[in-house]
Amino acid sequence: MSLWEYANPKKFMGWTGPILPWAFGAAGLCLVVGLFWGFFLTPDDFRQGSTVKIIYLHVPAALMAINAWMMMLVASLIWLVRRHHVSALAAKAAAPVGITMTLIALMTGAIWGQPMWGTYWAWDPRLTSFLILFLFYLGYMALWAAIDDPDTAADLTSVLCMVGSVFALLSRYAVNFWNQGLHQGASLSLDKEENVSDVFFFPLLVCIAGFVLLFFALVLLRTRTEIRARRVRALQLSEVR
Amino acid sequence: MIPDLGKYGFEVASAYAVSILLLLVIVGLSWRQSVAQRRVLEAAEARKNG
Repeated sequence: MSLWEYANPKKFMGWTGPILPWAFGAAGLCLVVGLFWGFFLTPDDFRQGSTVKIIYLHVPAALMAINAWMMMLVASLIWLVRRHHVSALAAKAAAPVGITMTLIALMTGAIWGQPMWGTYWAWDPRLTSFLILFLFYLGYMALWAAIDDPDTAADLTSVLCMVGSVFALLSRYAVNFWNQGLHQGASLSLDKEENVSDVFFFPLLVCIAGFVLLFFALVLLRTRTEIRARRVRALQLSEVR
Repeated sequence: MIPDLGKYGFEVASAYAVSILLLLVIVGLSWRQSVAQRRVLEAAEARKNG
């Protein structure tokens, strides 16, 4: 059987139904364990004090804000090339989850920035590119809502998604492109010297797993909702005719 | 049990409160929309079948 058959709406509803409770359960477990570990059982940082505990929310949310857009890009490209309706609906379903992650990253970043930098906001390359990414999410969702014909909406939002992916990548690599601004370099690195200390790294890893699983579960749930909405639309059109 | 957050207690607590609230909002909204759409579809299919 081809992999593409799993993207058939009926098959998609069939295989996602049973795994949805497990995905939500695993996400909840990882988030509770990771946040409890990070908040209650890790020490303060010698420079940042207790504000280091914000890392368990800020870093996973920022990571998912970018990766959600990248997932939308892949789904949009599949729609444009193969015209698989479920992929267009999955991209649409991911946007509200992605914008929530972006908002969490922006807000926790501002709250963290105030005591560390003395300001909630600065026009730093990474912060600015994240704000632009947030605006792209808003525009993407508004475009879906503004167009009645679902195929035209999927075409136009796919193009917008491709343009926005430049900013998603920019927000990921902004600190490398411009060696200026307030934001520090990447918290996670393969270079042990640059990576955060193990005592913060392991609970952070659990929190990242929690955010990834929550994103996965929410996108599945929302895609199923979009498929049902599409089916309702088809039934209503057939009643009119 | 509650760790001593020192002078940054408000910042750390508000970051957690805002994030958990936003996560609960997106999960709650997604769940509500899912249930509502399932009911609409069931009603539409019932109308079609009979």
